[in-house]
Amino acid sequence: MTATLETVEAMERPPTTMTSRLDGELLEVSMGPQHPSTHGVFRMNVALEGEIVRKLKPVFGYLHRNHEQIGEHTTYLGSMPYTDRLDYFCSMTNNWAYALSVEKLAGIEVPERAEYLRIILAELTRLQNHASLLGFLLSDMGAWGTPLMYAFREREKILDLFESLSGSRMMCDYMRFGGCRVDAEDEWLGRAKQIVDRFPKFLDEFEELILQNEIVIARTQNVGKLSPELAISAGITGPMLRASGVNYDIRKVDCYGFYPRFKFRVPLGDHGDTYDRLMMRALEMRESVEILKQALAQIQPGPIVNPKVKVRSFRPPVGEAYGRIEAPKGELGFYLISDGGPNPYRYRVRPPSFINLTILEDMCLGHVVADVMVILGSVDIVMGEVDR
Amino acid sequence: METLEQIKNRAELAAGGAKIDIVVNPGPSQQSSLLIDNDHAAAVAQFLRDHPALSFDFCSNVTGVDWLARTVKKTTKVKQLVDGAEKEVDQATEEKVPGYLEAVYHLYSMKLKHGPLIIRMRAPNRNDARLPSLTPVWRSAELQEREIFDLYGIHFDGHPDLRRILMWDEFKDHPMRKDYVQPDDFEWEPTPHDQVLHRAKAHYTPRPQLDGAEKITAQPQ
Repeated sequence: MTATLETVEAMERPPTTMTSRLDGELLEVSMGPQHPSTHGVFRMNVALEGEIVRKLKPVFGYLHRNHEQIGEHTTYLGSMPYTDRLDYFCSMTNNWAYALSVEKLAGIEVPERAEYLRIILAELTRLQNHASLLGFLLSDMGAWGTPLMYAFREREKILDLFESLSGSRMMCDYMRFGGCRVDAEDEWLGRAKQIVDRFPKFLDEFEELILQNEIVIARTQNVGKLSPELAISAGITGPMLRASGVNYDIRKVDCYGFYPRFKFRVPLGDHGDTYDRLMMRALEMRESVEILKQALAQIQPGPIVNPKVKVRSFRPPVGEAYGRIEAPKGELGFYLISDGGPNPYRYRVRPPSFINLTILEDMCLGHVVADVMVILGSVDIVMGEVDR
Repeated sequence: METLEQIKNRAELAAGGAKIDIVVNPGPSQQSSLLIDNDHAAAVAQFLRDHPALSFDFCSNVTGVDWLARTVKKTTKVKQLVDGAEKEVDQATEEKVPGYLEAVYHLYSMKLKHGPLIIRMRAPNRNDARLPSLTPVWRSAELQEREIFDLYGIHFDGHPDLRRILMWDEFKDHPMRKDYVQPDDFEWEPTPHDQVLHRAKAHYTPRPQLDGAEKITAQPQ
């Protein structure tokens, strides 16, 4: 009798040395490259303790095509359509950054009307980029479809404008060295004005729908905080930097184009969390609308391209130049070295969303795995630009 | 922002023994740069970031450049005796510049809102290119130095996590180097065209000898 009792007791108490895999050990999960919320082919190797992220390593390169080497084997103008494919949401700003760098390299002046057209197109690009980013982010959070369709409805109007001006909705290839490719007619400017005037109404509706939504607030506030010190050291730029409260907008700092002529404010965040990054996009859209209103009222007829610039056999003098603009995702820069030949000796793209991913791990540590998608969504990445 | 000369003198004083040269940019962009010697690079970078009058706290762009060995033709005016009279004559000289790999950093200041200051470091040995990493000074160099390591093959000493980033881990070469040659069957096509087919032959094992069985057809001819 006693012997059986002892056996039962021994069976009920498992030996303390036994451990299971789920007991205190880290579980490694590979998120992506085909995960729907990674916005393309991006992979994260995540080490989880239960649901908490303890380690995160991003894996790049699935869309790598060595864009920079293609650029070094192509003429200066030949690279212009390739820049559309970097951040395929914002081809107009990609074109502008590249044109600006080549203009610095060769010392080219740009006529007034072309500068106005560039600003109008860049700010329209910012509107559609930020609107669709907010839609995608809501999609990641589980509001499947509806907010994204609201954003895409407005984006479609702007893409129609791009199409009627440049011939293409997304791959615009519109800027040229020293100007723009085709002139905008008065009818086009009228249509742009109409869309810009109606945009604040959409913003009111959209902000009410998402930014005051209880679930959005619960999922984003105090999630993925980024301190201003780390943001500066890690080279974060664009709305993500300003959400952390650092006042650095290249439109104000470098004064490229005709931006000093326009009145606009730079919104800044207080907490640097995901909600601030969301809010930053909404506020920046309002400022872009202000810039657009002023630009569309001020634009005057005139030449759109500098006639001195050679189209064929364009050879900038020997030297190097780094030009940068405030693209919707951050600082987009092009670094060019010319050896006097028809194609650049060195052609380098400084992609904002690639460098903004430097601190992805720092932002995600300690949060649950479901927050990783929200944090990644608020960084605003496009893999065409990250992997190049 | 101070001139390059002033920054150079200040940095040389602060980081004792540092040698800094100004690399003049002949183009119209007015972006000349400072060439920093590799041994004192970390100290100079630290100084540029922390000095209150400079405070280059934002390292925007980090990239590599490959310069192959090249000959530079220069024309200098030399005084010569021509027909008994002294005259200035153009004399063409050729100078051989050995190749090197270069890392270029574009620095800005978010605090004082000035820039860019461009600093460069050079690694003369192509087979074992080594440079000090500036990631401890500016975190933004982390992914970009990894990219240079991947595409140019410069090894950054002191980098926390130096691995390939864009190419896959098993890849051997560094595709952004100027002397990089693509493998012949790099992009194998199902129907390769003449030249590719010819070059690709070297990489495939020859087909087995035919024994005549392939000539047997289903229907007698």
